[in-house]
Amino acid sequence: MTYQKQYIEKELISVLETVSDPEIPVLTIIDMGVVREAKKVDEIIKVSITPTYSGCPAMDVIGDDIIKAFDNVGKKAIVDLVLSPAWTTDWITSKGRKALEDYGIAAPLSPSADKEVLLGEKRLVKCPNCSSTKTVVVSQFGSTACKALFKCEDCKEPFDYFKCL
Amino acid sequence: MKDNLIKYILGIADNSLILGQRLGELCGHGPNLETDIALTNISLDLLGQTRNYYQYIAKLKGEGKTEDDIAFMRSEREYLNVLLVEQPNDHFGFVIARQFYFDVFHYLLIDRLQNSNDETLAAIAKKGLKEVSYHLRFSSDWVKRLGDGTPESHQKMQEAINDRWVFTNELFLKTAADEAMIKAGVGVDVSEFKESYYQKVTQVLNEATLTVPDEKYFQKGGKEGIHSEHMGYILAELQYMQKSYPNLKW
Repeated sequence: MTYQKQYIEKELISVLETVSDPEIPVLTIIDMGVVREAKKVDEIIKVSITPTYSGCPAMDVIGDDIIKAFDNVGKKAIVDLVLSPAWTTDWITSKGRKALEDYGIAAPLSPSADKEVLLGEKRLVKCPNCSSTKTVVVSQFGSTACKALFKCEDCKEPFDYFKCL
Repeated sequence: MKDNLIKYILGIADNSLILGQRLGELCGHGPNLETDIALTNISLDLLGQTRNYYQYIAKLKGEGKTEDDIAFMRSEREYLNVLLVEQPNDHFGFVIARQFYFDVFHYLLIDRLQNSNDETLAAIAKKGLKEVSYHLRFSSDWVKRLGDGTPESHQKMQEAINDRWVFTNELFLKTAADEAMIKAGVGVDVSEFKESYYQKVTQVLNEATLTVPDEKYFQKGGKEGIHSEHMGYILAELQYMQKSYPNLKW
C-alpha cells in the first residue's frame, strides 16, 4: 500500500497520457499526478494510482480506462490503488495547472494561502474568466469534493476553485 | 490480536459509515444548494474513508470476504459506531451540531492515528486528515453563523448543541479492543485528547455566543453494539438491497 518515489517508465507515458479524469476531461492522469508507478514486468504493465480524495468516484473509472488504453495497443495492464504518500495538489504539473485555468477552474494556491482564502481573509484566487482577484467564496464545497465554489465580483461569473490538499 | 484489530477498526469505520448514510439522506434536501452539495461531499469523503477501512478488514478476514460484506451483512449489534452519529437530522441546527461534535473528535483522532505502527491504518488516516480538516472548518463555521446569527437561529443552534451534548462523552470511552490496540501501538488512546476536545468545542461555542452545556449525564452504548432506537431504521434502508437480493452486484 505504500511506495517510495514516483516511477514511470518512459515508453508508457504516451499511453497513460490518453487517459484523463472523467470529471475534468482536460486533465490527463499524468498531469494530475495520480499515476505513481508504471512499469513493465514480464510483458504485463503494472500501474499504481493514488486517489485524490478517499471517496473519489473517478478512481474506479480511471482504473478501467487505463486497462482499456493499454488493451487498445495490445498490452495487458493491471492497476493497483495506493494510499501513501497521500496525493497532494502540488503533484499537478504546470501543464496541468494551465489546462485547469483554460478550462475555467482556478488552480490551487499554496496550502497556507488556501486557508486564508477559504476563511475569507484574503483575496488571492484569480477569476479564470477575467483575471480579477475581486473574488469571494460561495461555498467551501463545489461541484466535486476537490473543488470550492467562488464568484467573481467584477465579471459576476461563478467558477470552481481547485482546493489545496 | 486479529479479532481485536478488526473490532478496533470497526469502532472507527462504522462512525464514518453511519454518519455518511445520515448525511446522504439530505441529498436534494439541504436548506440551499451550496449546503446541500457540501453535506453530500462530506458524506462522500466519509464513505470513501469507510471503504478503505472495510477493504482492509476484508483482507484481514480473508475467506473471500469483501468490503460489501462488512458494510451490509452485519446485524445491528455488530455495528460499533457511537450513538452520536446515528442521531436523526431533524432541523439543520441538529445536522450541524452532530457534525461539529463529531468533526472535532474525528480530526484529533486521525491526526494521531497517522502515527500508528499499523502501516495501512496510518496511510488511511493521513489521507483522511486532509479531508476532515475541511469538514471541521465547514461545521465550525456554521455553528458560528447560526449561533451568532438571528435570535431564532441562535435559539435553534443552542437547542441542538444542548440536545446532542449528552452523546459527546461516549467518544472517549474505551472498549477492551481499544485497550489492547493501544497497548500494541496500533490504536490511539482517546483519553489523551479529551481535554483538547472540550477546549476546542468551548472555544467555538464561545465565538458563536452559545452557552456550553453543563449537563453531567451522558448516553453510551453504541461502541458496545447497543444502539438507540434510530439504528434499526438506518440499517433497514442501508441494507435493503443486499438483504432482498443477496450478493447483488453493480
